[in-house]
Amino acid sequence: MTMSTINKALSSEAEISRRNFLKLGAGVLGGLALLELVGVGLMFLEPRSLEGEFGGVVNAGPVDSFPNGSITEFPAGRFFLIRAEDGGFLAIYRRCTHLGCSVSWKPEQNQFVCPCHGSHFDFYGDVENPPAPRALDTFAIHIEDGMVKVDTSRPQTREEFESSQFVYA
Amino acid sequence: MQASTKTPSGKSSHVSRQVERSRMRAVMNNIILHLHPTRVPASALRLTYTWGLGGLSALLTVILISTGILLMFRYDASVERAYASIQFLETQVMFGSLLRSVHHWAANLLLVTVFLHMLRVFFTGSYKKGRATNWLVGIALLLLVVSFNFTGYLLPWDQLAYWAVTVATSLLSYIPLIGNALTTFLLGGPEVGQATLRNFYAIHVAVLPALLLLTMSYHFWRIRKDGDISQPERDDKVLKLTTIPYLIQIELAAAALLITSILLWAMFVPAPLEEMANPAHPPNPAKAAWYFLGLQELLLHMHPLAAMMLPGLILLGVALIPFWDTRSEDIGIYFRSSTGKKIALSAAVLGVVLPIVLVVLDEYWVDFPGWLPGLPTIVSNGMIPLVLTMAGLGIIYWSFQKLFKGNRSESTLGLVTFLFISLITLTIIGIFFRGPNMALIWPW
Repeated sequence: MTMSTINKALSSEAEISRRNFLKLGAGVLGGLALLELVGVGLMFLEPRSLEGEFGGVVNAGPVDSFPNGSITEFPAGRFFLIRAEDGGFLAIYRRCTHLGCSVSWKPEQNQFVCPCHGSHFDFYGDVENPPAPRALDTFAIHIEDGMVKVDTSRPQTREEFESSQFVYA
Repeated sequence: MQASTKTPSGKSSHVSRQVERSRMRAVMNNIILHLHPTRVPASALRLTYTWGLGGLSALLTVILISTGILLMFRYDASVERAYASIQFLETQVMFGSLLRSVHHWAANLLLVTVFLHMLRVFFTGSYKKGRATNWLVGIALLLLVVSFNFTGYLLPWDQLAYWAVTVATSLLSYIPLIGNALTTFLLGGPEVGQATLRNFYAIHVAVLPALLLLTMSYHFWRIRKDGDISQPERDDKVLKLTTIPYLIQIELAAAALLITSILLWAMFVPAPLEEMANPAHPPNPAKAAWYFLGLQELLLHMHPLAAMMLPGLILLGVALIPFWDTRSEDIGIYFRSSTGKKIALSAAVLGVVLPIVLVVLDEYWVDFPGWLPGLPTIVSNGMIPLVLTMAGLGIIYWSFQKLFKGNRSESTLGLVTFLFISLITLTIIGIFFRGPNMALIWPW
């Protein structure tokens, strides 16, 4: 390639004037700076869980302290620990899947009831009465050294109850 | 002040005091004439044309800002201390209860006046003839006022606050794709907590006021820019009166009346404060503030996404009215024409009857999820009722055109009147006719 062809190639693409180039460059850089500021702002405002707030591993107690067919509320952990007739454990998050109100257990009706919009759930958290769109969420359970430990950091969503969701000692 | 009574020559002068007073008045008048034109049409001064609703809303904003600033000195935006600081305000602080009460009721009243202001502008067709932009700005202001009320009522950290915000933010999580991220961002975590209170406080006392002042200034400026207050078109010469004193004395009287009424009301009806927020037990029934109950009523009948889309679509439609109804002949005339009056009256009656019928039918008989068990609830209880409702609105519009021979402007008037009145009907149902578990009840 000779000098002249290089010059030619450059000049054919160099239809952008110096002033326009500077304008464009300043615009792009300004846009990037703005994006950075938005990023800084969003990261600054990022959701934060404070020390001691809800969301950690809760030691529910020894396996034997929960009789079969029982339900135990853990208000601080925001869940109900269920032990089915066959000994399987299920930790049910008390937050209604419809719009987030707290359900409470009504032993006389054998149901979880949400007072906000009238959803009902059965012993396993399955929807018995809409508007709730799906079964109550659950938390992961680990059994360690005969103790039931419930990880409340991340609720697990489910469409409906299945027996595979039980955890056995 | 003493010095000014003496002129440089040293002799006490009656004239110079007069001069000074007239200069002060000139400055004051200048400020007034920045907001108002120098002369206004005599017919626009009739109270029954504007009902002074825009001005009252502006005055309420001033009251809210001044009481709000005072409240900020006494309020503590932390989960442990928020409720206690309100209790302290109510029981220990001199005039604390009164100031909070004025702030609370002024905020409630502002929602009413901006809604009625919007109705007035709509019924007189005042979004026509180059006023489309200001109609849109007005809708933005309405949304700002609603956001103010929503963020404000979390702050006392009582049961209403906690559960209304829980329900409303859970609603947002149904928005496809971004819903969950948006909810977590607003809440500052998985549930309503300390981070939420901080977020809402900052939004309520800094972000929204800044936006409101900017938008309001533009709204006012735009009125002047668009040729002042809307008036019917006419050929003969319009009688005009000077703003000072004719408009100003009406405004002063209205302002005095409003301030007196709010103060009296606030003295006798303190702002409510429920039990402290208890995340374990929602109250039963868990109702939002009264002005959201019309929208909450939709939640009892539809999948949350549909219950959000319906008002969203309607609001979008309302925003686009000036671009749909461009007939300028009937600007400034209440209800457009005699046909328009008939249509509006029928629409209002329909807006009272139809929502009641539908609510009762849905409560006791309609059950799409039960009839269509194969479909997911988002379709059976969401999209189907949403599409049916939109189709119903289409039929209502169409029948105003056919039955009453309404033109585009009159039929739009009918449809929107129906929507406004329906919202009021649903709100009344939500306030008075919903009991424990949100079941229909008879209140008396």
